[in-house]
Amino acid sequence: MANSSESRTELYGQTFIAGLWRENPVFRLLLGMCPTLAVTAAVKPALTMGCCVIFVLLCSNIIVSLMRNLLKPHLRILMFALTISTFVTIADLFLKAFQPRMSEVLGPYVPLIIVNCIIICRAEACASKNTLFVSIIDAIGMGLGFTLTLCVLAGIRELLSTGKIFELQIMPDAFVPWAAMSMPVGAFITLGLLLALVNALTKRQKT
Amino acid sequence: MDTLNILLLGFISIVIINNLVFTKFLGICPYLGVSGRIDMAFGMGLAVTFVVTLSGTLTWLIDHLVLMGTAFEVTRYVCFILVIAGAVQLVEMYVRKFFPTLYESFGIFLPLITTNCAILGLCLFINLWGIDNLLEAVVLSFGAGIGFTMAICIMAGIRENLNLADVPQCLKGAPITLITAGILALAFMGFAGMISSS
Repeated sequence: MANSSESRTELYGQTFIAGLWRENPVFRLLLGMCPTLAVTAAVKPALTMGCCVIFVLLCSNIIVSLMRNLLKPHLRILMFALTISTFVTIADLFLKAFQPRMSEVLGPYVPLIIVNCIIICRAEACASKNTLFVSIIDAIGMGLGFTLTLCVLAGIRELLSTGKIFELQIMPDAFVPWAAMSMPVGAFITLGLLLALVNALTKRQKT
Repeated sequence: MDTLNILLLGFISIVIINNLVFTKFLGICPYLGVSGRIDMAFGMGLAVTFVVTLSGTLTWLIDHLVLMGTAFEVTRYVCFILVIAGAVQLVEMYVRKFFPTLYESFGIFLPLITTNCAILGLCLFINLWGIDNLLEAVVLSFGAGIGFTMAICIMAGIRENLNLADVPQCLKGAPITLITAGILALAFMGFAGMISSS
């Protein structure tokens, strides 16, 4: 009895950690690239985006996991999309009401969470096969992994493009801001280099 | 004459200057995923162009005739995603029945398009930019598809040549593709300011 509960805790821990590093949605699965590139010009919108994704992912995983026995195979993607878009509407209205400035900065990228592959992928790969509790843990792990990645990318880009993070001056005064980092170019190249770094790190781990 | 001018400007601006891939980061997933070979990239581009034109027009009609008339705008996202999923399903059935050879060449791309952010993104942008003319909406959605096709074909051409290049091990695959995309975006930035409006 003690043995089985121990192994179950281990399973939960594994599921949680997987989202953070081993199966990190952005670095490993290359999912959800649009928001990753689009909202990471500064840390604050990236953080807001991350929170929205965690909320939507958690709610949709819960609902999908609850109705997993009722799903018809050919209609399941449609059901996922409907569930997700309902929660995205809630998140969007919430942002518009309480964070109007953030909502303007993020613009159409909040509704675009609907077609973010991470959420459909988790609904398909995890929530439609596992129990409620595993799905919740998986959603939190994946969501946190995604948010952390966004923040790292946004931190690098904001630091290099303005010299400060959260209005806090970090670079010395002599630093000349790289304007290109806040533009699409900066997004593509920073993410490319980060991916290369992650590849190099995991390779060293293996050998 | 004036309308023609606006339509032409809108078309050029969405194909080159406001290209969905390079300036709005829409449709990056298929852009990285199926840009390995030029014929597959072209097939994907065609499929996207077709669906985006159809769903851009349909969502504009539904948004203006149904949702705005009945003050049901809250359900906009739900309706849009339903329209897109429905359009993809419809196109798939139609093409499979009447153009079997075309269906073979589209392969798995058609169902994948439902989750292509470029489609939903364009429908949302048409709504955001406040386009209130059906013709303009049609031209913009068609232009967005053409822009995507152009971007993905350029990328596939470069990647076919990259296969022969000596890329460092850790940069292989997605990283080098992203960096190439960054340089392409830099090139496309040169067009910015060519048309000042929209």
